[in-house]
Amino acid sequence: MTVEHLVNLAYIISAVLFVFGLKLLTSQSTARKGNLMSAVGMFIAVVMTLLIRDIIDYKWLVVGVVVGGIIGAFAARLVAMTQMPQMVALFNGFGGMASLLVGWAAYRVMYNFDLFTATTIFIAVLVGGVTFSGSIVAWGKLATVISGRPILFPGQTVLNSILFIGTLVAGGILLMDAPISNIMLVTIILLSLILGVMAVVPIGGADMPVVISLLNSYSGIAGCAAGLAIQNNILIVAGALVGASGIILTNVMCKAMNRSLTNVLFGGFGASTVQEEGGPEGEVKPIVAEDAYFILEAADSVVFVPGYGMAVAQAQHAVHELERILEENGSDVKYAIHPVAGRMPGHMNVLLAEANVSYDKLVEMDDINKIIEGVDVCVVIGANDVVNPAARETKGSPIYGMPVINVDKSKTVIVLKRSMAAGFAGIENNLFYKENTRMLFGDAKSSLEALVAEFKKK
Amino acid sequence: MDIAVCRSSCLICMSMVLVLAIFLGFEIISKVPARLHTPLMSGSNAISGITLVGAVMVAGSAESNLNVILGTLAVIVATINVVGGYLVTDRMLGMFKRGKEGGGK
Repeated sequence: MTVEHLVNLAYIISAVLFVFGLKLLTSQSTARKGNLMSAVGMFIAVVMTLLIRDIIDYKWLVVGVVVGGIIGAFAARLVAMTQMPQMVALFNGFGGMASLLVGWAAYRVMYNFDLFTATTIFIAVLVGGVTFSGSIVAWGKLATVISGRPILFPGQTVLNSILFIGTLVAGGILLMDAPISNIMLVTIILLSLILGVMAVVPIGGADMPVVISLLNSYSGIAGCAAGLAIQNNILIVAGALVGASGIILTNVMCKAMNRSLTNVLFGGFGASTVQEEGGPEGEVKPIVAEDAYFILEAADSVVFVPGYGMAVAQAQHAVHELERILEENGSDVKYAIHPVAGRMPGHMNVLLAEANVSYDKLVEMDDINKIIEGVDVCVVIGANDVVNPAARETKGSPIYGMPVINVDKSKTVIVLKRSMAAGFAGIENNLFYKENTRMLFGDAKSSLEALVAEFKKK
Repeated sequence: MDIAVCRSSCLICMSMVLVLAIFLGFEIISKVPARLHTPLMSGSNAISGITLVGAVMVAGSAESNLNVILGTLAVIVATINVVGGYLVTDRMLGMFKRGKEGGGK
């Protein structure tokens, strides 16, 4: 048995550990163990790779692992949970960049032209480059380093098409022209980087959950292509798993927003806010903390509907505090989580978990909608579009058809909101004008703290 | 020189592995509940750091200066994904608690 066989056997073990790790992620109680298992799989794969005879110089490996390890460890320790979307966006980008670099290096040592290898290198470099630069733009939008507004200009589609065709032509030349052409590969790298930027700039900040899910998938696909290029099975398996995961999440996000992927990628949603004529009817009924106290005090069941605004106001802990007081007061308290509450898939659950909210109190949208009519009070905290009844009622609305949490069907709705400003999607919210809605204006955290104070006073 | 490990492998075998892995991925991951989707993403970030294996082979083969640079850069970014991805996922999953066990603040 050669070293290569041994390494490949180890890769099988790694692949099994990855798959098992993901399987354990299907339940809260085992998820942490699953993550550990996956990490062990990674460790085995990397350590065994070091045995390969082609590796003769360890100096730079050590440097790379130490530098990357320190950066990674610090990033993981220091990142705030509100910043997870930015971190995932950056990590997607790094994944793409790694595949691009490996593809590039593999091309430089491909002394005998081989069409299959060259094709997979082309894919690895192209997808890797798009993932990298696209992720950096996504990161910029999420971190508000650049504007979250979609950037649109005339001729954009034409320019993008030309860029894309140009990249394919360059790829074709690379593949047909048997002699190794480093210049052509560098051209493709540059084109793919531009393409990535161009692909993400027209997408609005509200759609970033879809974009980072998609880029997550791309980073897997790029890894997979790099694996095919250097004929490494573990890269193929792991890349395919990540690719599949990203596609599933993209699909979940699109469904939750009632949009097709094409519409997200090319729609430029939110660039211009088209407002249907007429607008909502009814009047806004503002209340103060004391009024809200009386409503909540008498409620048997309370459902909190958090949105990203809650996280921005850092109000998670205040919500949890109020939740405990309400429970002591005899109310049944739940949290209703919309799939796109927050800035990435599952984000809101993490934010609440960080504030020690028990995960069995978190209810998904479909489940809460079934029982919403029996709920006494819904407290909407920093959420807007995901509770907008216009999605059901107003045919002309840009969010018409999007699944929402039907808080307006509960007996009373209290909306905690800074002002009457429109939500992320820039759409007027009919909920604020409903008969059973009360508006508690102010910073979400201060409002909640005022409510807690009211309970303690009495 | 080739940096291929699995010399005996062929196109068909690799395609087979690819197709099966995709199906398996869809099968398992569609069962991950929505509330664990963020850890799923950061965890898959870590798994996509598997390119570290490829990067190690490139950086360690000392083929040319440029390749060592490319390889080392790839090792750095892939390691960030692996280490950062697994650690942050673990940190996040550690926050998920049920009932009163979370108790203190």
